[in-house]
Amino acid sequence: MRGAHTAPRSAVVHDGDRGQKMTVLEKQTTLTPATKPPRFEPGFLTPYAFIAPATIVMLGGLLYPVVMAFYLSFYDWEIGRDLSEAPFVSLDHFARMIQDPQVWEVLWVTIRFGFWTITIEMTLGITLALLLEKPIRGASIFRTIFILPLMISPVVVGLVWRYLFDARIGWINYYLGAWFGIEPQVWLGDPELAFFAIVFTDIWQWTPFIFIIVIAGLQALPSEVLEASDIDGANWYQQIFLVKLPMIKSILVIALLMRLIDVFRGLEVMLIMTGGGPGRSTELLSLHIYNRAFETQQLGYASAISVLLILVVFGLSLAILKMANPMKTKSDV
Amino acid sequence: MKNEFARHLYHYTALIILAAILLAPIWVMISTSFKDEVLVQDATPLWFFFVPTFDNYASIMTESKFDRYLTNSVIVALSATFLTLLLGGFCAYALARADFRGRTMMANSTLLVRMVPPAVLAVPAYAFVTLSGVDNDLLTLIFLYTAISLPFAIWLLFGFYKQIPVELEEAAIVDGATPLQVFFRVLMPLMKSGYAVAGIFTLRIAWNEFILALLLTGRNTRTLPVAAAGFITEEGVEWGRIMAMGTLIVIPPLLFTFFAAKQIIAGMTAGAVKG
Repeated sequence: MRGAHTAPRSAVVHDGDRGQKMTVLEKQTTLTPATKPPRFEPGFLTPYAFIAPATIVMLGGLLYPVVMAFYLSFYDWEIGRDLSEAPFVSLDHFARMIQDPQVWEVLWVTIRFGFWTITIEMTLGITLALLLEKPIRGASIFRTIFILPLMISPVVVGLVWRYLFDARIGWINYYLGAWFGIEPQVWLGDPELAFFAIVFTDIWQWTPFIFIIVIAGLQALPSEVLEASDIDGANWYQQIFLVKLPMIKSILVIALLMRLIDVFRGLEVMLIMTGGGPGRSTELLSLHIYNRAFETQQLGYASAISVLLILVVFGLSLAILKMANPMKTKSDV
Repeated sequence: MKNEFARHLYHYTALIILAAILLAPIWVMISTSFKDEVLVQDATPLWFFFVPTFDNYASIMTESKFDRYLTNSVIVALSATFLTLLLGGFCAYALARADFRGRTMMANSTLLVRMVPPAVLAVPAYAFVTLSGVDNDLLTLIFLYTAISLPFAIWLLFGFYKQIPVELEEAAIVDGATPLQVFFRVLMPLMKSGYAVAGIFTLRIAWNEFILALLLTGRNTRTLPVAAAGFITEEGVEWGRIMAMGTLIVIPPLLFTFFAAKQIIAGMTAGAVKG
């Protein structure tokens, strides 16, 4: 009975559809240019041919390593041993990981590092952006300077700051002594000071990123809204906390998530500055995986830890994806 | 101009101080690269006024295989960028213009793999090279850098394709152009700025990357960042040479930044602001 009811209805809709399409088509040929995106006319396989090369490279260069990391985490493989001779240990590495004080230690270092860097970078970056958002002449020169720390190689960043923090010839010790009378410190040789040094370097490198993103967001705000709040008598403070910041909330959250992911990805600057030491005071999770794999040569166990890293980064990426994916919507030309 | 400066005095003062903080370490590197060993080892900072020497540059060019490393870096960076733009351009074009089964999945997974940490790639890449016996380090690096750069490049290029009106392509298709002809003849000239932005970001990764290059290259296939880090030795750190090498590594990104700051910022903010 149901089918009998729905069938004619759909037929009617179909007819209507067809009729509309007809008229649109007629209009296109006679009056206006087409508004529908081109459909890759020669055969429906064409789009696949266009995405295939990039897909193959990404499968081979990104997905295969991730799968391989999962696979290797089940084997006790070490440098110098043939993989085929490596014993299968099933989930032993994961059981070991949960009880491994070193893993917990570097996780704690990573979380502390992320907390301090991101809190300070976000606070500084947002404050500066709110203070300096007004378009002024010469702003582009400053913006150019602000992106420099992001464009130069992490190796170079690490090397330069290692020099500046050097205990004997470092400039930081010199100025602390000359200006504040502080005794020379062995910055990179003391756990607390070394941690401070890598936090400081990260702030130097990444605060401008937050600043630039927030400025772009603020300048993209519709002026009518700000004018309206002006007319309604909002003061400077209210305008910031009740109008501006709430309106760029999604930008702030995405910037925060991107920085958080970078905290879990980063290792090059620390590898150059401290190598993770002294002890494990500056050893972030990524650097720990690297050291486990290539210093203590436990490739299998390092892979198990990288599975943990993959899950963390994957979760954070999903969060970003949920908030913003411009490619998700279908062709809306 | 003077009026403008006076009116926004605190604004300019703040910006100048910030710029100085950001530039200082870079200047320290450049100036140190022109100092002789005595000045480098002197704990008193010397910012500007000293007799510059080119000894550090001369020594890295003669005593190390600098030309080799430079060639490696250039080959890797340019090849990876070319491949990323070509393959990424194809892929972004299809995602922006065609509606096909699997499109949404493709778009989502592209963005998900964008964040794969280099540390995760390190062990499998090392495993692949040792197990397969592939002994072309540079080719491996080019392949990996292309893979790493593709997701972001596709994302950026997608946005640029979306801004091009489809009428142009339709006219070309009506005239009998194949999709490839549309891609190369009609769209490529219009996509110049898009390719420029995506190209800069790819060059940045391929030119600066350190971890994978360190693991996968040998004596003759080192790239510049690996060579620079090599001056940290057991006996000590050769600061003069390191700073000279660092300065040379930084020149291309510095030039790009000054000539294309606007595009770089557009690319950086696209991720957060447009979404």
